[in-house]
Amino acid sequence: MLRSGVIAKKLGMTRLFLEDGRQVPVTVLQLDNLQVVAQRTAERDGYTAVQLGAGTAKAKRTTAALRGHFAKANVAPKRKIAEFRVSPENLIEVGAEISAEHYAEGQFVDIAGTSIGKGFAGVMKRHNFGGLRASHGVSVSHRSHGSTGQCQDPGKVFKGKKMAGHMGAVRVTTQNIQVVKTDADRGLIMVKGSVPGSKGGWVTIKDAVKKPLPKDLPLPAGLKSAVSAAPVEEVAAEGGEA
Amino acid sequence: MNLIAQIEAEQIAALGKIIPDFKAGDTVRVGYKVTEGTRSRVQNYEGVCIARNGGGTIGASFTVRKISFGEGVERVFPLYSTNIDSIEVVRRGRVRRAKLYYLRDRRGKSARIAEDTNYKPKAEA
Repeated sequence: MLRSGVIAKKLGMTRLFLEDGRQVPVTVLQLDNLQVVAQRTAERDGYTAVQLGAGTAKAKRTTAALRGHFAKANVAPKRKIAEFRVSPENLIEVGAEISAEHYAEGQFVDIAGTSIGKGFAGVMKRHNFGGLRASHGVSVSHRSHGSTGQCQDPGKVFKGKKMAGHMGAVRVTTQNIQVVKTDADRGLIMVKGSVPGSKGGWVTIKDAVKKPLPKDLPLPAGLKSAVSAAPVEEVAAEGGEA
Repeated sequence: MNLIAQIEAEQIAALGKIIPDFKAGDTVRVGYKVTEGTRSRVQNYEGVCIARNGGGTIGASFTVRKISFGEGVERVFPLYSTNIDSIEVVRRGRVRRAKLYYLRDRRGKSARIAEDTNYKPKAEA
């Protein structure tokens, strides 16, 4: 039953006011020319998956190898490529375009992205340490970590000791985010709450692994029919100009 | 206009709320929907608007201050909240600041705001 995920671009956050007076903070994610670029099959690769591509890249800035790969699938060069494991019956045809209706409203998803980089951060910011006291003789080291271990026995600092260092800019998955609204015309998915990464960053969305799937989800995927493909491209072009 | 601003503009239009032209210094009466158990009613809250925040976004809000039983009370309302039944301008004030936080330190006579006698409504664009 494993279904393909999608690649989306994080546009930013806003809020929705509901009729009953509630307001919901949402992150807006956009599916930008999301197409299947290749398939992985058990006979050829030993596993089944679909390779998706999203966004648009200039052909002259795409490497020759990738150009050939896109040409084989007969799709325009893509900015971002990702693979999603699927069950054999849920393989999607190469070249098919996935729409925002792939997800149902109210459904739960897991979203992975690259978190915002914080650079070299101290222990108070990075690990929520308490720091040292403001007075009582503490000098210079108010934000330091304090002791890092014991004495001659063990005589070393244990591996994995939380210390200052590089923070952020790592792949983070946030589980069980609820889909609030989808807009198939513009390819928008609105999810409740925040999503890792900065605006304009790429994230991958998958069905939540820790929640039951809704029954009426489109299988193998919510695809765009050829009829609705034309107006969608117009909207995407407008978004690029703004 | 980026897509987020566009979505917000659409939602503001879809909510179809009538927001009167008011600014900091004006005295406003806000009808706020309160749900008690199963029945809901509209509660009026009247006071001086001391700040407007958020500009033209969907997250815009305004702060209303009043003196209730000798105690200063401030409430922040989301401008486009579906819980707001009505906003009514009671009195136009003449002030020279966008944020009237200085009123928090004042009581009585010095906390008064002169009335704007030659208020002109903005021309319909």
